[in-house]
Amino acid sequence: MSEKRTAGTGERKSYALVAEFETPRDLLRGAEALRDGGYTKVDAQTPFPVHGIDRALGIPGSKLPWLILLGAMTGGAGGLAMQWWMSAIDYPVKIAGKPYLSLPAFVPVTFELTVLFTAFAAVFGMLAINGLPRLYHPTFRHPTIHRATDDRFFLVVETGDPMYRSDKTRALLESAGGTHIEEVEA
Amino acid sequence: MASVSVSEVKIPDEIVEDPRRRTRLVQGGLDFAGVTAAVCRPVEAKTPLAWWVAFGVALSMLGCLVACVAYLFWTGVGVWGLNVPVAWGWAIVNFVWWVGIGHAGTLISAILFLFRQRWRTGINRFAEAMTIFAVICALTFPTIHVGRVWLIWFALPIPTWQSIWPNFRSPLLWDVFAVSTYFTVSLLFWYTGLIPDIATVRDRAKTKIRRLVYGVLALGWRGSMRHWINYEKAYLILAGVSTPLVLSVHSIVSFDFAVSVVPGWHSTIFPPYFVAGAVFSGFAMVMTLALIARRIYGLTDLITIEHLDNMNKIMLVTGMMVGYSYAVEFFVAWYSGNPYESFIFQARAGGQYAWAYWIMVSCNVLVPQLFWFRKLRRNIPWMFVASILINIGMWFERFVIVVSSLSQDFLPSNWGYYRPTLIDIGTYVGTFGLFFTGFLLFLRFLPMVAMAEVKGVMPEANPHFDPAGAGKGADR
Repeated sequence: MSEKRTAGTGERKSYALVAEFETPRDLLRGAEALRDGGYTKVDAQTPFPVHGIDRALGIPGSKLPWLILLGAMTGGAGGLAMQWWMSAIDYPVKIAGKPYLSLPAFVPVTFELTVLFTAFAAVFGMLAINGLPRLYHPTFRHPTIHRATDDRFFLVVETGDPMYRSDKTRALLESAGGTHIEEVEA
Repeated sequence: MASVSVSEVKIPDEIVEDPRRRTRLVQGGLDFAGVTAAVCRPVEAKTPLAWWVAFGVALSMLGCLVACVAYLFWTGVGVWGLNVPVAWGWAIVNFVWWVGIGHAGTLISAILFLFRQRWRTGINRFAEAMTIFAVICALTFPTIHVGRVWLIWFALPIPTWQSIWPNFRSPLLWDVFAVSTYFTVSLLFWYTGLIPDIATVRDRAKTKIRRLVYGVLALGWRGSMRHWINYEKAYLILAGVSTPLVLSVHSIVSFDFAVSVVPGWHSTIFPPYFVAGAVFSGFAMVMTLALIARRIYGLTDLITIEHLDNMNKIMLVTGMMVGYSYAVEFFVAWYSGNPYESFIFQARAGGQYAWAYWIMVSCNVLVPQLFWFRKLRRNIPWMFVASILINIGMWFERFVIVVSSLSQDFLPSNWGYYRPTLIDIGTYVGTFGLFFTGFLLFLRFLPMVAMAEVKGVMPEANPHFDPAGAGKGADR
């Protein structure tokens, strides 16, 4: 973010250098080259999760499971508390001689609500951590980026990366087999 | 050094007969772009005439549902064949049948995912869509069955003027939570899987309106590796919770029966028996739909004969579980020494509903036995017929359970014979309209095969895949 490199006109801030690769194999080679070059503000854009790229790029693991655990506990505790409060405290009704707090009978609803809140946390948590929905992103300006959801694999090096040097980074990606290497504006 | 283009690599397009090696999941020599093109074609091409015809038929059947339900609301549940002693008729039969069909979708998307069954990628999207629409049909029935449908919200824990809460000790209330949770989670699971594929359709869009609609639906997905990490975690955990969820849902549906004291219903075997039957019928429905869709939309390279063979094996297994349950029910009826229980099982096999019982046994136990033969497991006309017979059989299973038990319970003076009315039949036929309207819209507007997942299980998706080594056969 300290360096404001410009693409062409110098009017707008440059966001990143984007390079296209043909296969996951080439992508991995490119990612390893970036890692070895000490880059950190890097990302890949691929049509499917290419396993091993995250490690090659040094992308940390997901924190999402903790959020999901929180969701699961909320659902479970909330579900049980709701049934207990409604059946035994707020308006107790004697039904079939069963105790007001009929724990075994409360298992199914508690379970279902646990699952429901787990799923909410998983999906909405995933979207929130990923910053989605976000309908626009600078990399969408790259001329061949539409193939990132089809059959091509892209590496994105942000210009804010401390190691970023327009010419050097470009040369690095080129030597790793990248094509269509272009800077995109923010 | 120079990368070898994937498309240049000659990939053998054969079915590997050696069981130690795997046949490629994607046939026809398709590469990544080929998969995208094959799956996106139905979404992008001009709507075929056959689709319009099918959609017209589905809409008319949906109209039939609307008419029957409107008449029901106007007049009351007396328009159905229900009466004492059989107060649960086709509506409950259809409810259990539809919700059971839905379960195969979750089984394919969740359980097979956890078991790393990569072949599921060809059919999971499809099966999940089937789940969504089947569960909508299922939910229709208990909703309209309550009689005064405008009071259906009594089933929900909403604070009202009357201060009283629902009875959480009732299996019928568990059902409300189970099925609605099931629907919500299935929808989330389905949509999560769709996000990358909708992004693919967005990126291929030629017109502004398509770019806008698919762009919004894709939520701005760009395939970022930092996103995929969270996405895969979310997907894995969704699969992890959907697995016990699907088992719980049909277990709870079976509690509607098992927790009562009616002979033939009050049985501890019901939960596993119901779950096996659900998976069985659901796979049959996936098979019926997949056979038609792969043919019409030219997806035979993605939904290959291997996929169909695997599905037939699952039908064989679950069909035998169901057959075993039928046998155990008889054993328990005899071994328990309970005269009502033994009576009802004698009546099932030889009483007034024996015709339904034997349709059920022939379709559910005998028909899948033919899948022992590899030739028949790979014979498309046969499996199409078998899948339909199995669904008929599974419908009769629910009919036998619901109706035969109620029609002859403890007191002979209380016995009766249940017949559906025209409105019963119209409502059931109408839910097919509801199902197919939804399903056809799905086929037309959304990618019916999970492209991102299919590409991910292709051998060349592995970053260590060596193009020069392709064709050795051990890949898959």
